[in-house]
Amino acid sequence: MTRPALLRVTEAGLYCEAGDFYIDPWRPVARAVTTHAHADHAVRGSGAYLVARQGLRVFERRLGPDAPLDAADYGERRRLGDATVSLHPAGHILGSAQVRVERDGEVWVVSGDYKVAADPTCAPFEPQRCHVFVSECTFGLPIYRWPRPEALAAEINQWWRDNAAAGRPSLLLAYALGKAQRALASLDPSIGPIYGHGAVEPLHAAYRDSGVELPATRSVGESDEPGAFRTALILAPPSALGTPWVRRFRDPSTAFASGWMLVRGARRRRSVDRGFALSDHADWEDLQAAIAATGAERVLLTHGSTAAVVRWLREQGHDADALTTRYGGEQDDDPTEAA
Amino acid sequence: MKAFAELFERLDRTTKTSAKLAALREYFASADPADAAWAVAVLSGRRVKRLVPARKLAEWACDQAGIPGWLFEECYEAVGDLAETVSLLLPPPVRENELPLHGWIERRLLPLKGLDEARQRAALAQAWSELGGAERFLWNKLLTGSFRVGVSQRLVVRAVAESAGLDPAVAAHRLMGNWSPSAGFFERLIAPESDDADAGRPYPFFLAHQLDDSPDQKLGERADWLAEWKWDGIRAQLIRRRGETFVWSRGEELMTERFPELLVDATRLPDGTVLDGEILAWKDSVLPFAVLQRRIGRKTLGRKILADAPVVFLAFDLLEAGGGDLRAEPLRERRRRLETLMAAQRPGSALRLAEPLPAPDWAALAEARRGSRELGVEGLMLKRLDSAYGVGRETGPWWKWKIEPYTIDCVLIYAQQGHGRRAGLYTDYTFGVWKDGELTPFAKAYSGLSDEEIRQVDRFVRRNTLERFGPVRAVEPELVFELAFENIQRSTRHKSGVAVRFPRMNRWRKDKKPQDADTLDDVLAMIPPGP
Ligand SMILES: [Zn+2]
Ligand SMILES: [Zn+2]
Repeated sequence: MTRPALLRVTEAGLYCEAGDFYIDPWRPVARAVTTHAHADHAVRGSGAYLVARQGLRVFERRLGPDAPLDAADYGERRRLGDATVSLHPAGHILGSAQVRVERDGEVWVVSGDYKVAADPTCAPFEPQRCHVFVSECTFGLPIYRWPRPEALAAEINQWWRDNAAAGRPSLLLAYALGKAQRALASLDPSIGPIYGHGAVEPLHAAYRDSGVELPATRSVGESDEPGAFRTALILAPPSALGTPWVRRFRDPSTAFASGWMLVRGARRRRSVDRGFALSDHADWEDLQAAIAATGAERVLLTHGSTAAVVRWLREQGHDADALTTRYGGEQDDDPTEAA
Repeated sequence: MKAFAELFERLDRTTKTSAKLAALREYFASADPADAAWAVAVLSGRRVKRLVPARKLAEWACDQAGIPGWLFEECYEAVGDLAETVSLLLPPPVRENELPLHGWIERRLLPLKGLDEARQRAALAQAWSELGGAERFLWNKLLTGSFRVGVSQRLVVRAVAESAGLDPAVAAHRLMGNWSPSAGFFERLIAPESDDADAGRPYPFFLAHQLDDSPDQKLGERADWLAEWKWDGIRAQLIRRRGETFVWSRGEELMTERFPELLVDATRLPDGTVLDGEILAWKDSVLPFAVLQRRIGRKTLGRKILADAPVVFLAFDLLEAGGGDLRAEPLRERRRRLETLMAAQRPGSALRLAEPLPAPDWAALAEARRGSRELGVEGLMLKRLDSAYGVGRETGPWWKWKIEPYTIDCVLIYAQQGHGRRAGLYTDYTFGVWKDGELTPFAKAYSGLSDEEIRQVDRFVRRNTLERFGPVRAVEPELVFELAFENIQRSTRHKSGVAVRFPRMNRWRKDKKPQDADTLDDVLAMIPPGP
């Protein structure tokens, strides 16, 4: 007798019939299990959200203070209908989780977004053994090989130091949730003051409230004296570039922190001076290693270069397929947060 | 190679001319002369001939990276640049190599030419294992023969001159003509004394801006100006030194052999003479430009083409006499000496004097200009009689006052396939003009070329694709076209800041090189003043 698959894609998202819940639904549903607070994974309006406790403050910030959040510790097992559900660190941003679903010994793991590289602002990725692994592959091409985080941090600080020495503000663009805090954690505050755009400051606060240590920052606007920014680094979401808000910095050096910046053309199309390939996703090698570590017999791919990764995995002897979802990959954050 | 890679990164990380200039200056001030010579060559757009086919490069990179060909293709789609795709895919280098730029080019790159495929492959694997990051990317760029970092030749010249405390005009002059990159060459380039030994070297051409107002408003007194017809031919310098003759086009091409009829009469010029003028096909009166272009396109000059399209050199300026540089002299004086010199030519000589227009005032000149089309000229040239012969394009002393004001020389940068009858051929083009050393997209056009020309451009596009974005191909910026349009106005929707109406390709300027194309400032200067 064949049973229906433990998870399947429906109109509203990835659905578990055995437990009657959705994982990262893209429409409001009665019960959601949510991997992390990025806008393409956490949609407002659901009846309940099971989330990792470490991410509570961040989820409140994104889904509203009254959102029906149900927090679970990493590894804590919850019974939902006929399924057992637990959350495990994904290393993507603060409170990001992989969702492990078990029914009668059959185990599926949904990775959400994840990275393997070290990140002082969130718990490190923990591979889970499973039968079916649903993996993102935003950067699923062998051209993507991340520089070491320490090397990137040194590069960013050197850029800032050089600008400060020349009396030029450093405008560092980074996604407001996760990337901005990770970048902040790698900065050397002895170089100069650190400012934050109105869209990133509340998220810094949510991280600090959750116990993550970050260098002190000030909101832009507290000090409107243009001279104040001459040795400063300003963190802002990418959408801020090209808006009048930027003008106050008078000829800043601009940089964008994103995995896409590994490719020269991508940086040139963004028209920034510098690109730092600081990514919160797995690179090609990490992806292979993570998949291997699960021991999964079947791999389903979401986000990004799914066709290439599916073909590659099949050529390596895996049972792999693409899963059509509506997750967006590494994108700009919730527009309501901007400005 | 490290120092050069550092220079590249500094250039690549800014769009500011001042920052690029500073980076170049610092590089030239400290670089080994042999490295500096190659840097000048590469940055000013000289290409190293492609020694390894792109297909092989991809194949060997796949092998090194341990990936199948289809995955390479996927990666190439995502990156859009062959050299960069290869750089990103290769495993990290396993050892360091302190070889300087000229060593990499002279000892590792150029010798690839004589190697068979297996040895080429081994040599590349070796090089890749010794280069990482920007160095590896640059090596691959040199290997594929295409190199653009958004600096203009002019900027490179300026940086060299400033770092050596030299007049940029002197450096520009020394960079004209034939030279090969070597330590000796660079030392001569920055040498303080002028012991310019190269007999055939031309002077940098002085260029005119387009005049769009009527001259009485902008130029003042008619009496201060020399007026000549603006002929539609090939701008050239004719050099007679040490008993030899050289003919250089504005595109820095030595064309001496193409014009045997000029050589005969040039022997009558005294040694140490340099004329500036226009080469035209001429039989009783001027023949269309296309006739001249057809002749230039021929590999061998048979009796028939020489009879069908004989040429003359219409001299309008004298840059050197008796071996002395006259460029700082006022035009009035240069013209006086030119006229004396030309009077010594035999009747019927192929070297002729470009006669000034006598029209006594601006109104009479405007009247004469109306007859341009019948004469087969493009309009008038107006030159200040007290002006020196400068370098490149300066605003003020020389103006072209054309009858068809809205034409611009621009460079083909993107191509897309056409529809209907032209499906399968690259027929829709985007053209760029210069801004801060880069070509800024300026207009699109798809009409004006003959079927044969379209086929030629199509072949060029296929062989010279740099990047692909969906159906659009970015091509090596090499082909220059004269674009004509009906109207021009400011636009915030266009990257260039201007929009033109009904752009079309007036002609393919095979006589021009990309660096001869117009600048965005030239285009902006055409916009009529607002109400
Ligand atoms: Zn995410
Ligand atoms: Zn995502």
